[in-house]
Order: sequence, then C-alpha cells, then structure tokens
Amino acid sequence: MDGLNQLLRRVPVWSVYLLGLLPVPGLFFLGLTGGLGVEPVKALEHEYGELALKLLVAVLAVTPLRRYAGLNLMRFRRALGVLSFIYVLCHLLVWLLLDVQIPSQILADILKRPYITIGMAAFVLLLPLAVTSNNASLRRLGPRWRILHRLTYPAIALGALHYVMLVKGFQIEPLAYLAVILTLLALRLPAIRRKATT
Amino acid sequence: LGLSTLAGGAKAETLEPNSWDDVTSYCNFYEFGTGKGDPAAYAGQMTTEPWSVRIDGMVDRPGAYDFQQILSEMTIEERIYRFRCVEAWSMVVPWNGFELADLLNMAGVQEGAKYVAFETLYRPSEMPGTAYRVLDWPYREGLRLDEAMHPLTLMATGIFGKPLPNQNGAPLRLVVPWKYGFKSIKSVVRITVTDQEPPTSWNMANAREYGFYSNVNPKVDHPRWSQATERRIGGGLFAGREPTLMFNGYEKEVASLYEGMDLAKHF
Repeated sequence: MDGLNQLLRRVPVWSVYLLGLLPVPGLFFLGLTGGLGVEPVKALEHEYGELALKLLVAVLAVTPLRRYAGLNLMRFRRALGVLSFIYVLCHLLVWLLLDVQIPSQILADILKRPYITIGMAAFVLLLPLAVTSNNASLRRLGPRWRILHRLTYPAIALGALHYVMLVKGFQIEPLAYLAVILTLLALRLPAIRRKATT
Repeated sequence: LGLSTLAGGAKAETLEPNSWDDVTSYCNFYEFGTGKGDPAAYAGQMTTEPWSVRIDGMVDRPGAYDFQQILSEMTIEERIYRFRCVEAWSMVVPWNGFELADLLNMAGVQEGAKYVAFETLYRPSEMPGTAYRVLDWPYREGLRLDEAMHPLTLMATGIFGKPLPNQNGAPLRLVVPWKYGFKSIKSVVRITVTDQEPPTSWNMANAREYGFYSNVNPKVDHPRWSQATERRIGGGLFAGREPTLMFNGYEKEVASLYEGMDLAKHF
C-alpha cells in the first residue's frame, strides 16, 4: 500500500479534474449524435445524476479507505467533491432546461413530487459546500469549515433516497447505492469506529 | 362505431409514425430488465413458436388457441395509434393486428361477463428480468368488457407491416390507445373473461399511483409524473414537450364509456 500511496502522490490533482470533467461534454455530444438512444434527454439526465452519485460515493469512501485499508486519497477528495457538485448541477440543468422546461410545471414538480423535493433539498445542501471548497474559505471558516462540510452526509443520503424513490417497482441498482452509502456513513459512527480500531 | 368512424376520428389527422428504431429500441418490458434498452438486448431469447393463448372463464368455447390458428381466422389491418407512456413520453406506432372483439367473439363471451383479464408469458429461463421481484410475476392486466369490445382496442401482431419484434411483445399483444402504455400488455398467453374486476400488476404494486382504468388524462396528475405534457420520442435533445390530449386524443371515440364517472377517483 505504501508503494501505491507514493505513486498516488505523484498524480497531479488537476488530472483528476480533467479526467472527471471529460464526461460532461462527452455525454452531451453523445446525446446530440444519437449515442444515448432515441430519448437522449432522459438518458443524459440519468447519466449525469448517476455520475454525481458515484463521485459522492468516492468522496465518502476516502476516509474509510485510509483508515481501514491504508490507502491515502485525501489529496483528491476536494476534486471529487467539486466534480460531484458539477454533475449534480448538470443533472439539474438538464432537468430544468431540456426535460421539464415549463416554469409552472417545474415549481409544481418540486412541491408535489417527494422524490424531486428530496433531490432539490440535496442540491441546496451541497450549494454552501461547493461555494466554500477553496483555500480562502477554509482559512476564513477555520474549525467551522469541518462542521459545515458534514452537510455532505445528509446530502448524499438524500441523493440515494432520491434515486430509490424515482424508479418504478422494486429495482436493485438504486437500493445497492443506498446500501453502500449507508454503510459508508455507518463506518463514521463513533461506536463502530472504536470497535474497528481496537 | 364502425371502421369508417375510426377513419374519421382516430385517423383523421395525419399521424407521422416514429421510426422503426424508436419503436424497437425504447421499450418497457420488465421481464427482460428495467432499462429501456434491456428488452431489445435480451428479448431475442424468448421462444415465440409455437405459441398458444388460453382463453377461459366465462366463454362458450374455452381452450388453448394456437397463435397460427388465430391468425388464420382474423383480418389483419393497420392502425396508426398514438402511444402514451405513464412516464410522460409518447410515440406514434403503426400497428398491424385485429380487433380484440373479434377474438372474444370467436371464443363466445357469456351473459353476465363484465371484465377481461390478460396474462403475459412467465418463463424465467428466457426472461432474465424475472429473477428480481420488480413486480409480482406474471404480468397481469385487465379491461372492462365494454373497453375490451371497443373497436379501437387491438390485438397487435405486427408493426410496420412486419411481425412484432420480441421486445415489442411478440407474437401477440394488446393495444389500448387511450390508456397509458402499461395497460397494453405484451406477449399474451392467457385471456380470461370474468365478472370480477381482475387484479392488475401495477395496481397491485402501487395502488396509489396506478389505478385500474389508467386512462390518459392530462388533468389527473400521477404522483410521480405530471401528465399535462409529454415528450415525443425521437425529437432529439432539444425537442421539448407537447400538451397531452384527453384520452390520448381518442376522446371522441371513448369518452362515452366513462360517462358519469369521476375520473379523478377512477384513475
């Protein structure tokens, strides 16, 4: 693991941003050219949303990976977090501008449909985190920064719930995401943390 | 209501059918998976020959009807219908098929019958999606007898003049153009005429969201999707939405079936 950690230290953080951002225009281009099937709007919305969830899982995995496996990805955590927000934003923009489009229907959807209400709540929770994901905010907020960024936990849980509620019938994939996310969150409970380290 | 009325009403405006690709690549057929592309990817393994449909319940001539025998007795015609999914997308499909009423008359509907129940093939060895209890298999649907006997109600055997691809419900499926797509049950193996309202799959899974009638109605919202508008498949990334029509545009033909009913309650 030490060798791997040394190798990772040589990976520049900007390369994570670059690689992570490629699917934004990539998927859009696929949608334009038929690569996402005959209903590209929904496909694009789902692709961005699922990538956001995957990146959020990665963010959440950084600490347990270091604690239990000795793998140090801490340098990349902010990049993963900022990228996940970008995908949440893309997901939301596709929904607003390409999917629903009609302002009155957008408002009605947010108020009347619980899975959309929950998705919007998760987005709102992520907003202050995205805005303060820079060194200046970190310095200015001091210890409050860490407390603020615990909002990641409810935001991710709401994101998973949003996916579970959105699908029809009893489907495995969203439940798998929810299980992984709840596990990663549970690993942070003090009781479990103590048990695992003693 | 004869065919001439159909031609005047349902077909008066020229409906531009979707492409073969649109119709055959974007399907809901959960027996093969919940992704829209899963049916096209996995339905090929479904054996559709031989195929027989068991017709039972309150009929004079119950039994297993061979699909080829049914075909030989029915007149196949083309019907270009709007198809509106409860997920708020839509297509226009050129179906080939015969009226369900003709099939029911072949079996002889008995006095006192009120409903018709349908069942989809349930064959786990050929249907990977049934490994998960997404729904309580086999898939079931139902119609009131007058809906079933309505001349718009079709048993489709083909699209675009070709036999139905498996992902679209080969070899024989129901098409009820004024109801949400899930009512148009695919790959039918059993038709039961009864005097009881039959249980239907989506209603069993979530009664709050899916009613027995499930008529297309822009004024009655589904808890999950607004039904006021729809997106026509095939329009690309910037297609936008179109207003949804009452009874999916077949109001003139079918509104009388529901006279005096509160459609917000009987959704």
